[in-house]
Amino acid sequence: MSSPTRFKKTSLIALGIAIVLIIVGVIVNLLPIPDDSMWRVLFGVSTLNFTLRATIPLALGAMAGILCERTGIINIGIEGMMLAGAYAGFVAKVATNSWPLMPSLLFGVAAALLAGAAMGYIHALFSIKFKMDQIISGTFLILLAGGLTAYLFNPDMVAEGKFSPIAIPVLSKIPVIGDIFFNNPPITYTALILVAVLHVALFHTKWGLRSRAAGEHPRAADTVGINVNFYRYMNTTLGGMVAGLAGGFLVLEAVGQFQEGMTAGRGFISLAAMIFGNWMPFGALGAATLFGYTQGVQNALLLAGVVNIPRHFISMLPYVVTIIAVAGFVGRVRPPAAEGKVYETEGSSE
Amino acid sequence: MSNTNVPALEVKHITKKFPGVIANDDVNLALNKGEILALLGENGAGKSTLMNIIYGLYKPTEGEIYVNGQKAEMHNPKDAIALGIGMVHQHFQLVPVMTVAENIMLGAESVKKNGLLDIKKVAQEITELSHRYHLDVNPYAKVEDLPVGVQQRVEIIKALYREAEILILDEPTAVLTPQEIEGLFEIMKRLQAQGKSIIFISHKLKEVLYISDRIVVLRNGKVVGETTPAEATQEKLAAMMVGREVILTVEKKPAQPGEVVLEVKDLKARSDLGESALRGVSFKVREGEILGVAGVQGNGQTELVEVITSLRKADGGQVLINGQDMTNASPRAITQKGQSSHVPEDRHAYGMVSTYPVADNLVLNTYNLPPFAKGVTINRPAIIQHAEELIEKFDVRTPSPLTRAGSLSGGNQQKMVVAREFSRPIKLLIAAQPTRGIDVGSIEFIHNQIVAKRDEGVAVLLVSSELDEIMSLSDRIAVMYKGEIIDIVPRAEATRENIGLLMAGVKRGEKI
Repeated sequence: MSSPTRFKKTSLIALGIAIVLIIVGVIVNLLPIPDDSMWRVLFGVSTLNFTLRATIPLALGAMAGILCERTGIINIGIEGMMLAGAYAGFVAKVATNSWPLMPSLLFGVAAALLAGAAMGYIHALFSIKFKMDQIISGTFLILLAGGLTAYLFNPDMVAEGKFSPIAIPVLSKIPVIGDIFFNNPPITYTALILVAVLHVALFHTKWGLRSRAAGEHPRAADTVGINVNFYRYMNTTLGGMVAGLAGGFLVLEAVGQFQEGMTAGRGFISLAAMIFGNWMPFGALGAATLFGYTQGVQNALLLAGVVNIPRHFISMLPYVVTIIAVAGFVGRVRPPAAEGKVYETEGSSE
Repeated sequence: MSNTNVPALEVKHITKKFPGVIANDDVNLALNKGEILALLGENGAGKSTLMNIIYGLYKPTEGEIYVNGQKAEMHNPKDAIALGIGMVHQHFQLVPVMTVAENIMLGAESVKKNGLLDIKKVAQEITELSHRYHLDVNPYAKVEDLPVGVQQRVEIIKALYREAEILILDEPTAVLTPQEIEGLFEIMKRLQAQGKSIIFISHKLKEVLYISDRIVVLRNGKVVGETTPAEATQEKLAAMMVGREVILTVEKKPAQPGEVVLEVKDLKARSDLGESALRGVSFKVREGEILGVAGVQGNGQTELVEVITSLRKADGGQVLINGQDMTNASPRAITQKGQSSHVPEDRHAYGMVSTYPVADNLVLNTYNLPPFAKGVTINRPAIIQHAEELIEKFDVRTPSPLTRAGSLSGGNQQKMVVAREFSRPIKLLIAAQPTRGIDVGSIEFIHNQIVAKRDEGVAVLLVSSELDEIMSLSDRIAVMYKGEIIDIVPRAEATRENIGLLMAGVKRGEKI
């Protein structure tokens, strides 16, 4: 009854873009179009595969942002949380290189989650207990993670192996769609499931109702006996965890190694996806897909070498699209009303 | 099962200290079962603080609370709710973007076996409650789309949904139209008939006398008296509240109208929703007279004031101030060239900057003129000195000129706005709802200031939805109905009845 109205216009636009992309992809790949055609470059299976890989960390980052911001804590530190997760996952993987591959990788994931959670908790502590400006706290996390991981990183360390794709029986045999969606490594599946889980949790569970109330009107939540700051601590920590997983994805699933500053602005693009998606999980996923696709296209164009545009301009694509999307839509979205405001019980006059 | 003589709620020796303030000082109060107890007091008398203590939002510095004779430990609202106490806050505690059902179940959610929220069940219970108490509301409506009166119903249902037996209504009529107030009183009677005990907080004397069984008066954090509507009169209650005799009727000499200062000719404008809000309004206001604009809210009064003060564009017609065409001029031109001042109806949105100190608020429209400006810089000492003078003259109760304006009580905020607007040399005063939501003492003060301005020869345009205010201040009364001035009546010919009929759109001489 109430859930269809939850999708506001912008999140529908974002989601629509993702769906159109999939449909065009299916059509293009099923038609007998020559391999060197521009259509193949723009919508080929490999481009779409790359799109999904680029989308996952953005989607996870956006989910992290939604978790925090829906309870009223601004989180611009996702970039730092991701990087911390990536580094922790890498170190844990390297330390357990002698273990069998799967346990070692899972250990890496656990470390990434833990590092992200710790970053989230620090952010909550600064924002709630010490009433620090949340933008400053987030910036601090970015600088901390960037500096610390660069300082600690030993380029001689090598992680051996990464997650490999798991084909889902039957579904992976569907033409095109099977190739894109049902033949992926585990964190990719987890991320996609997480989006749906978060949507249901936010809008159809007690936890979600209370979390959103804390972010929209904390006083109202307080007057019905809800511990606002408890929800803020919990969700900011959970958000950190999800951002950590995004970092873990980069190291343990996508690249296989750690590189200095390897998040390369993904945390910020995640924020853009969150805003473009109007703080809705599916909206943010749609926006992440759009941004991911620009990276996929960028990659495909560079590989195909069919264009006469200098490669630097092609490399700009993801960032330009991000700017346009956010600049064009930011006026139409509606952030949680109490975002960024410290909540104090006693003595607040209103 | 329990002794009926035991009060539903009793507070004993409650003291609450905030840094620098004693908000409640040894307060004793008992609420009997099935009673409507009015708690009367000026803004800042400590009513809301006391209620927040009873509701578990604040911890008392000293004192005890008993519910049904049992000593209660309130650590947070949860405890109060568990003891059957429900509160409708002055500022509604509803999440605007959520539905009615979501708001009502928040904190007391119904959950299905699979762990998901059971909105249907809650909606059903809401429908049942709304039938039982005649509180009509759609459970699936979004709160932000609802009128204020309906939002209040949602708040009441929220308390009833939690099976509240004791209801605290904190200034419930402050935001309501006269019709909605009547509706609320019916609801309160019905709740009382069903055995609920109600604490009704207000500073409106008439309402208190009308609805309550017993009246307790609070002043400066202390209980200063207890009475019943049968024994009390408005004058007595006002004196108890303020601590001195209050003259409720305004004393004024006959008007001496002079030259025309404000002339409005065939003014047309649209509302925020793009609908026609002013459909050709014309009138004149002369020096030394008060033209009162009466009307049920939403008949174009807000737009009229906004167009005259240039906060809204006129689509047609003219605004002449001192003979100069000021239609759609800049607000600054209107205040400075037009020598006019404006007490806006929504002081928070248009009258003040809550986060600025009082001193800065007092120069909001003169900061760019000497002596407050020295070239491009601000002359702080002059601003502070100016503030100290006005605070003294207009009796603004603030700890210091540097106190954040938002932390003052409503009455003092309004006195601050009035101080700023009345202290300049002006020829035209536009006062919209100048006493909305403020206490009797401040109302008396502001009314006298308005009359004093008139006697100085200022032309006053007074817009108010309080008919009493219009009747006691105006020299002529214009009634607005559906974006038009339906009639202008000299005060001597105006009665509550004929103005009331005009407000309902019935012209003089017309049959109903």
